[in-house]
Amino acid sequence: MKNLRNIGLVIFLGGFSIFITSLFVGTYKISEDKLKALYDATEEIDKGDTIAGSLTKTAIELHILDKEFSNQFSFSSHLSDLFNKSNAVIAESFAEKDGITANEVEKIYDLAIVDGKVIYSKDVVERVFFDNNKKQKLLIANTSWMFKESKSYEKVADFKKDFEKKLKGINGKLGEKYFVWDNKYSRFDLVKASSNGPITDNKGLFLFLTFGLCIIGTLMYILPGAILMGGPGIKNNGVYHDPATNRGWIGILAFLFLIFFYILLYFYPWLIVPWTSIVDPFKGLFIEGASASQWFLYGTLYTVSMCVMGIRMFIKYRHNRYQIVRTASVLSFQIIFAFLLVEILPLFDLPAMDLKNAWPLDYDMFFDWNVKGHFDSGTVGIFMFVWGVVLSVIVIPVMVYFYGKRWYCSWVCGCGGLAETLGDPYRQLSDKRLITWKIERWMIYGVFLFAIIMTIFSGYHSYNEVNYPEMSGKDVLFGMSAYNIREWYGFLIGSIFAGVIGTGFYPILGNRAWCRFGCPLAAYMGIVQRFKSRFRITTNGGQCISCGNCSTYCEQGIDVRAYAQKGQNIIRASCVGCGVCSAVCPRGVLNLENAPNTDGSRMEAPEVILGNEGLKEFLNK
Amino acid sequence: MEHVVIIGNGISGVTAARHIRKLSNKRITIFSVETDYFFSRTALMYVYMGHMKFEHTQPYENWFWAKNRIELKKGFVESIDYSSKKLSLSGGDQFTYDKLILAVGSKPNKFGWPGQNLKGVQGLYSKQDLDLMEENTSRHKVDRAVIVGGGLIGVEMAEMLHSRNISVSFFVREDRFWGNVLPLKEAAIVEEHLIKKGVDLRFNTELKEIISDENGRVKAVIASTGEELACQFVGLTTGVSPNIDFLKDSDLETEEGIVVNQFLETNQTDVYSIGDCAQFSKPLAGRKKIEQVWYTGRIMGETVAQTICGNKLAYKPGHWFNSAKFFDIEYQTYGCLNSMLQEDETNFYWEHKNGKMCMHFVFDKASRKFLGLNTLGIRIRHEVMDRHLDADATIDKVMEQLKDANFDPEFYRLYEDEIVAKFNQEQGTKITVKKRSWKRILGLG
Repeated sequence: MKNLRNIGLVIFLGGFSIFITSLFVGTYKISEDKLKALYDATEEIDKGDTIAGSLTKTAIELHILDKEFSNQFSFSSHLSDLFNKSNAVIAESFAEKDGITANEVEKIYDLAIVDGKVIYSKDVVERVFFDNNKKQKLLIANTSWMFKESKSYEKVADFKKDFEKKLKGINGKLGEKYFVWDNKYSRFDLVKASSNGPITDNKGLFLFLTFGLCIIGTLMYILPGAILMGGPGIKNNGVYHDPATNRGWIGILAFLFLIFFYILLYFYPWLIVPWTSIVDPFKGLFIEGASASQWFLYGTLYTVSMCVMGIRMFIKYRHNRYQIVRTASVLSFQIIFAFLLVEILPLFDLPAMDLKNAWPLDYDMFFDWNVKGHFDSGTVGIFMFVWGVVLSVIVIPVMVYFYGKRWYCSWVCGCGGLAETLGDPYRQLSDKRLITWKIERWMIYGVFLFAIIMTIFSGYHSYNEVNYPEMSGKDVLFGMSAYNIREWYGFLIGSIFAGVIGTGFYPILGNRAWCRFGCPLAAYMGIVQRFKSRFRITTNGGQCISCGNCSTYCEQGIDVRAYAQKGQNIIRASCVGCGVCSAVCPRGVLNLENAPNTDGSRMEAPEVILGNEGLKEFLNK
Repeated sequence: MEHVVIIGNGISGVTAARHIRKLSNKRITIFSVETDYFFSRTALMYVYMGHMKFEHTQPYENWFWAKNRIELKKGFVESIDYSSKKLSLSGGDQFTYDKLILAVGSKPNKFGWPGQNLKGVQGLYSKQDLDLMEENTSRHKVDRAVIVGGGLIGVEMAEMLHSRNISVSFFVREDRFWGNVLPLKEAAIVEEHLIKKGVDLRFNTELKEIISDENGRVKAVIASTGEELACQFVGLTTGVSPNIDFLKDSDLETEEGIVVNQFLETNQTDVYSIGDCAQFSKPLAGRKKIEQVWYTGRIMGETVAQTICGNKLAYKPGHWFNSAKFFDIEYQTYGCLNSMLQEDETNFYWEHKNGKMCMHFVFDKASRKFLGLNTLGIRIRHEVMDRHLDADATIDKVMEQLKDANFDPEFYRLYEDEIVAKFNQEQGTKITVKKRSWKRILGLG
């Protein structure tokens, strides 16, 4: 049995090594055909040709067309140049066609500069472009502030400088809709389209060698635990002796890997193209021949990790039916709602919406593209949008009233789901100090406030987009652009906090760092749970012996014992109701319950802990 | 300002300090020779097994004491002069007190066995014992251990050693596990569980001698049966007794423990004793003269704090309750349930077919008054049982409201219907179990 375990470990490490190594396997080459295939996907016919043509031309100039690169790192170092130069080529050709030419500029200067004095005016523009209304309008719209009526130039050079700068802007923008902006998405697409080699040729094999081996190895490691750990019951033996779970060297390595993974995923996705190629066959199950994005890779990894580590939960807590039911629930929601439906809905031209994801955790719900996406998908799309609102505004508080926020956090939520499965081995690492509780409250309600403000801005923006599409400055409220706030929120909260810190720090801060310090939905539900809910963790009379198992294994860093030893029920905004405090209690002291709340019975500490009859009688006198 | 000095920073002493602070502004000093800060003694086993780190056993953060103006002093009190109210520490320092609380706890019993002081032979009570056990079993190769004494600490020690893959032989003097507390059937469940875990249980077996190797370390024991067992570790868990050697031969009245009256007062003015080390001159009805349980220590601490703060209060604990865990089986008890039925008592016993769960009720034959309950593998709501005991409820009422009493986590299988059906069958009653009622449980209306 022990040998089986060790073989499992070796197989897992083998699979994992192949996974890491696969990042460095394969070659990259762009060709005209590939560029055409990649950009032909755009809806307008001439657009794809224009872009592909320009990119091809530029690639030739840069000597990278049909040139084979041995890795994505050296290949992608040329992409910035490629996109920018190609965009410049497009801009130039459009400027020639529709822009203000050098010749025309000379003509303007002739009329606008007389005897070394600047007399630029509407009249000048009209005279130069008497036969071209379009250019007339364009120039007036952009340079009227330079007319002699509005601005007087002392030096000709100043005028020329301003004028030419503005002109560059005008001409540069003409071909804008044909530009391929140099960002992580374009880079990813181009690197992916250009990849060749053993992985792209044998995706199925690599899928088995990485995901397959890791799953098999982990299961071989986990399943014998049912016997090795001894019969059903709490088995936390050695948790603090094991370098994987006591912030030891294995924990540090896991931490580094996770951080590295999240940074690549969020900010450098083009570097993990080989990993996405591995899951192409899996993506192909949904859309034949489709190419997997980094998000599909992430979704697959996420769901697979949850399922495998969910099996570990089933074994570890097989004596505890609350844990079994809860784990089954959270796995089902992940597989069906967060993974399958998100892949399936777009097949029916519906927005790829995770129907269980509630605002404000689902922070882009009111973004213009999302709102428009729903409204453009007909009745069902609108219904889905309305469901999202109903979920957040009605379902969430009502359910929290009846069951506490656990119904979401540890039964439904994807973040919670990963924390409760993959993260379970790290739950004891959450900090229990009072100071951390103080920091926690500032942080989580700070993020909540940020989410509300951000949502007001994006809501205002989307409202304008739908109702006043022609309005200028649709995104600006109180002098700030919704785009900017959104971008900051997405970067700081959506990526860094929820992803890099939230999951990357599992082996350091415990498995609920995001849920505890950052999640705005948790903050929202926490307020309801604290002030208006039937949920509580009941302390069983005077049975507590202050042993500290409950506090140690509370993933939310709640000092459960501090309440239990006073005979007080535990009602904390942050409690996600995982039920592990109750499970690890050796004396049967704690129980998660939903019950009526009268006379403060829910949360007040009793004056006397049950058992001291003398003191009770004395105080009652 | 009156100075209250407490010797001992266990649950009794610390509870007393906390409650005195709540009630007054007195100066409070706690002396301990064991640790800098209060920790939960019952949790030591989890440190050894790697469930927790030692600091996790400390219920209060280190700033708590200064914030609450409770001075902590590490030092061994060597002698006490009761007439001048002075303490002398082993370093020579002296302190005066106005009120003194002796909460000095216990030490493991040793009954003069040959070889009982060899290396690798120890009890388990203090933090030092834990450190020693760590050293005895990790710095030295141990693959076999013998535990002597079939009680709670013994089974804890067996679980600890089991977690390190050390095989355990468990000597029990009686014919069953924890024989002075557990009735036969409960004991049988625990025994079967221990055997399943690989514990080599030996009943009617005592320790005769411990044999040394050439380095003064244990290499074997000889049992009362004459059998010699090779082992590298011996756990002495035959109970604990008050840790009062340093107080003997003084003016303080001591017997087994420090003799106190119902107000926890000793024979010396302004000197009190609480917790494991206190011995009641007149034990309360149905209770022992020395109570060595977490809860009683806490209750004594709460009580003496009132007395010291001017509300003279007698020690009057409520209905007995206790709990424990034997490897994976949780045990709870409420009320008075002796290991043998008393004359006027009768009982009702239900056991799950898996052999790991049971409920055992004892009640008065004539009046059917409910007297006590033992459960294994099922959690019971303390308030509900306490209320039944308070109200002198009949066993029939307890059965009728059995669903109120269940404290198992949600989704656990419930057995009340099955239990009451069996009860009806045996007792010829026709009780229908009432649905669980929050109104009754929470005592509303």
